[in-house]
Amino acid sequence: MKQNKYGFWHKVRKNRALLLMLTPAVLFFLVFAYVPMAGIVLAFKQYNYSGGIFHSPWNGLDNFRFFFGSGDAWRVTRNTALYNIAFIIINNVLQIFAGILLFEVAGKWFRKITQTILFLPYFISWVVVGAIAYNLFNFDVGTLNVLLKGLGMQPIDIYNTASYWPFILIVVSAWKALGYGTIMYLAAITSIDTEMYEAAQIDGANIFQRIMKITVPNLIPTVIILVLLAIGNIFRGDFGMFYNMVGNNGLLFSNTDVIDTFVFRSLTTSNEIGMSAAAGFYQSLLGFATIMFANYAVRKYDKDRALF
Amino acid sequence: MSSTTVNGDMKKVRKHADIDKITLSIIGYVTLTILAIFCIVPFLLVISASLSDESSIIEKGFQIIPSTFSTEAYRLLFEFPGEMLRAYGVTISVTLIGTIIGLFLTAMTAYVLSRRDFEWRNRFSFYFFFTTLFSGGLVPSYLLIINFLQLKDTLLVLILPMLMNVFYIIVMKSFMSSIPDAITESAKIDGAGDFRIFMQLIIPLSKPALATIGLFIALAYWNDWYNALLYISKSELMPLQYYLYKMLGNMDGMRKAMMSSGAVVNSDLPTESLKMAMTIVATGPILLAYPFIQKYFVQGLTIGAVKG
Repeated sequence: MKQNKYGFWHKVRKNRALLLMLTPAVLFFLVFAYVPMAGIVLAFKQYNYSGGIFHSPWNGLDNFRFFFGSGDAWRVTRNTALYNIAFIIINNVLQIFAGILLFEVAGKWFRKITQTILFLPYFISWVVVGAIAYNLFNFDVGTLNVLLKGLGMQPIDIYNTASYWPFILIVVSAWKALGYGTIMYLAAITSIDTEMYEAAQIDGANIFQRIMKITVPNLIPTVIILVLLAIGNIFRGDFGMFYNMVGNNGLLFSNTDVIDTFVFRSLTTSNEIGMSAAAGFYQSLLGFATIMFANYAVRKYDKDRALF
Repeated sequence: MSSTTVNGDMKKVRKHADIDKITLSIIGYVTLTILAIFCIVPFLLVISASLSDESSIIEKGFQIIPSTFSTEAYRLLFEFPGEMLRAYGVTISVTLIGTIIGLFLTAMTAYVLSRRDFEWRNRFSFYFFFTTLFSGGLVPSYLLIINFLQLKDTLLVLILPMLMNVFYIIVMKSFMSSIPDAITESAKIDGAGDFRIFMQLIIPLSKPALATIGLFIALAYWNDWYNALLYISKSELMPLQYYLYKMLGNMDGMRKAMMSSGAVVNSDLPTESLKMAMTIVATGPILLAYPFIQKYFVQGLTIGAVKG
């Protein structure tokens, strides 16, 4: 009966406790990650409520044609990628800069308090950020216009002017992410071998040379991992941020609409299930391709640094 | 003669080093102070606005320091807490249940994956990791939750989709991998099963990681409004952040909410200061707990940074 003592079922029995412990997680990701992947077929169907996912008729590439033909595809892809590239560059440079300074300043209390304050925005929800933006930018009562009027200048109508928004969103992103990244880099700097600094000091290197020649190069592995992770998400807009800052304000869409807000709107307000599924699928494919490419590039440069 | 010049040179070098150090300190203190102000001022503006008299807001806008101090908005909120109190209840329940179950499942999964003697650990790791590379997108998940799982307008829909997260599993796994095998080996020899080893040995030894990941999970639940935006339409199931989102965008809604909680509201409800006060009340617990829990988050980032 039992031909192979080390057969599959034998192994299952041997590991049954561990397998049982994995079961909830396996089921969870099956239902909430793998089953939706199968739902991608919707992108190729003309969805209707009576037919549902299985019985709605196929319509080939019509959903994609509709999405790309509308001109929305290019606009939202461009916005998503450009915003994320700007966030990656500006946020990382700022965080490294702040991390190095935080490491170098002497005052213990000053460091503690600064770190605590910089980290604060990370803890609040995007809804609260939206409320803060309202406080700052509201046309009639907003703090910014109060200040402008105080200086004898004309108030500006931020919520009706698309051109301000790239700048605002970049600042908001930097504000929210500053503390998290700074602490991440501070941790990496703290783990640098202090002997290197001592040796450099004996050799007569000044403190700026030390930072540029020792601290910064030693941070590169951390930068690569963080940037690699961020690049994998370059076609994924931060929905919470865009939605709470901009909302459904169509006047700003030319400069603020990203793939995620577009898909959300197509799904919930215009109810275009097939087309939004197609846009979502397009986004997933782009994301998958970029992470594979980024990982491949890092692998070529230095095998140990790659994600997988 | 030569020795004195060397001495003099050394002094010069030291003097240069001192000047460099002072320069860096000045740059450090000034820059970090500016960044800290940049991070905290938005909060102060909201607090100030929430304590301003409504008519002075209408007349002069939001001020950096209230021109006419008033606690009217808070008085209204605390006197007629009605819906806000219920939203608090929803958020607290969801956060408690979600954090306890999510943390337990994350730890259990991470433990199995950290076991070097588990034959299929790489395959299962890939099964989880792949979900971070590719996803079905919003539309299939949305239809799955609404049509198949029938979770619309249930408390469960606020808990389930966020229960587990691959990143937390990875962080937890790398922490557990650092627990020496010898500890579990001896327990195994004594005949303890895998689940008992996990419950009685691994969990107590993983307290720092559990605290950190637990707080990350709790923060995510506390700040969640996205699942409510998609799946909740009944007002009695609205979590705090989503309730705030609703109120910020809808002054009529706010008026109705105050009336339903028993306030006699005429047309001059202090909407602007009330919005700001609601924002503070919704963020309050986090701002209060933040100084005490901050160090666990720093710890978590550090654990995450070490192993990527």
